[in-house]
Amino acid sequence: MHKQTLAELSRALSSGAISSVALTEHFLARIQKYDPLLNSLITTTAEQALSQAKMADERRKQGKATALTGIPIVHKDLFCTQGVRTSCASKMLDNFISPYESTVTQKLADAGMVMLGKTNMDEFAMGSTSETSFYGPTKNPWDLEHVPGGSSGGSAAAVAARLAPIATGSDTGGSIRQPASLCGITGLKPTYGRISRFGMIAFASSLDQGGPMAQTAEDAALLLEGMAGFDPKDSTSADLPVPRYSDTLNHDLKGLRIGLPREFFAEGLDAGVASLIQAAVKELEKLGASVKEVTLPSTSLAVPAYYVIAPAEASSNLSRFDGVRFGYRCAQPKDLEDLYKRSRGEGFGAEVKRRIMIGTYALSAGYYDAYYLQAQKVRRLIRQDYDNAFHEVDVLIGPTTPSTGFRLGESARDPLAMYLSDIYTIGVNLAGLPAMSLPAGFINGLPVGLQLIGPHFSEAKLLNIGHQYQTVTDWHRQQPAQFA
Amino acid sequence: MSPAQTSTLTPEQVRKIAHLARLGISDDQLGEYAQRLGGVLDLVAKLQDAPVGDLAPMAHPLDATQRLRADAVTETNQRKALQNVAPETEDGLYLVPKVIE
Repeated sequence: MHKQTLAELSRALSSGAISSVALTEHFLARIQKYDPLLNSLITTTAEQALSQAKMADERRKQGKATALTGIPIVHKDLFCTQGVRTSCASKMLDNFISPYESTVTQKLADAGMVMLGKTNMDEFAMGSTSETSFYGPTKNPWDLEHVPGGSSGGSAAAVAARLAPIATGSDTGGSIRQPASLCGITGLKPTYGRISRFGMIAFASSLDQGGPMAQTAEDAALLLEGMAGFDPKDSTSADLPVPRYSDTLNHDLKGLRIGLPREFFAEGLDAGVASLIQAAVKELEKLGASVKEVTLPSTSLAVPAYYVIAPAEASSNLSRFDGVRFGYRCAQPKDLEDLYKRSRGEGFGAEVKRRIMIGTYALSAGYYDAYYLQAQKVRRLIRQDYDNAFHEVDVLIGPTTPSTGFRLGESARDPLAMYLSDIYTIGVNLAGLPAMSLPAGFINGLPVGLQLIGPHFSEAKLLNIGHQYQTVTDWHRQQPAQFA
Repeated sequence: MSPAQTSTLTPEQVRKIAHLARLGISDDQLGEYAQRLGGVLDLVAKLQDAPVGDLAPMAHPLDATQRLRADAVTETNQRKALQNVAPETEDGLYLVPKVIE
């Protein structure tokens, strides 16, 4: 059953070939058997999953099932789930049983999906390796010595090893696309505002966006239909109708204009990755697309702008963790300041503290104009680059990451190299664009991802291209042998 | 004031930033934080030469403004549920160390 996509499982459920309870038991057994090797889950919710599965089977009997009803899913552990620990992979929230439910998880539960558990991640989503988790690192199912990427590394590893058919993730600077790339799955970061952020623990509010992490573009389309939509509880959510993404997957690609950003194929890109991306572009040309080079001149400014804006927003967002209302509190505080400082000093990990401090510095008196305001101007420059490119082409294509990623422990020695490895993904968040990573081959047994970037609210087009690419390739069908 | 020109932040500056952020950092960690934060400041120093001209700062990816809602009570009182996750409460109040002598 775990070798099937969500779309296939959905058909099997509706034909009566399988039940949601059987499916849920199967995946829970796989989690029990394999997750000790991967550490992709922080919390498994077996009992709750089985009761949701029973309800889903009941609902199907009543003829009220949707494409998602009865399908198991795992959620990144920054989506608040009522009555279930929501830790953000931090000691700060190790004891936090969420008193409310995020809009995304509520919508998927309402559609009849079955939550198997909550996935591991970088602490507060700050990282690209899933190593900064309070609960220990997640491993890459393709090579247990390698990181799965991050911050949604647990979700990516769980889907790649087929411990769940599909997962949710979130993407602030590449945190869906980069782990999708490194784990060989399909991940979509939607347009800013497409999916409600209500109940998604905030890192950088102007950049954060939830999205699907799936085996295929078709599966991502089905899950996105369930996740997307206006939410009065999120003042930044877009008040636009949600297209039926799964209805346009089979449109042909004749006349599609593809742009290859020159800066995404420049120095720093692994030669093996470059040739796999070129091969993927050739496949799309065979499907009727035309290709031209375009330029995004401000590309090298994206990582610097991000490392001012994201920490600045984080320093503000994470001020809510004060040891008073929820989360970790230090022992025997001697006064209020000691309570704040020790609760935060002991509750946050080193990378989170560094980012809070960078943000605090960038926003402090005397430095605000030079850092924060300047970064916000650069942000507009970056968006203009993309706007200009989309006057010439329909979609941009390039690698998701410059290489197949880090070995465990490597990034701690050189954190700046890790920051810079997000060069192809970060600009998309600054500009608020949708983008997707698709499996496009392997180097030494490690997956490589192809990135598609489109104009605002072009998810249907990206999913259409992704699906067409996946009808002529089978990289997305490969599974790590150890988890067969 | 111009931003730091080199990767060096002094331990004293780190102590001040940590205080502003209400983060307890022990004295023996100040040096390491100074070095790591200095590295990030070097990385972002590149922004200073960016050709931004008279571009307006961009606070929202779609330049949207905040939506307003009707001025009506929409939340129910969930004090008990919300205080269940608090470290220490009494009679519906959050307890902290004595602030006023």
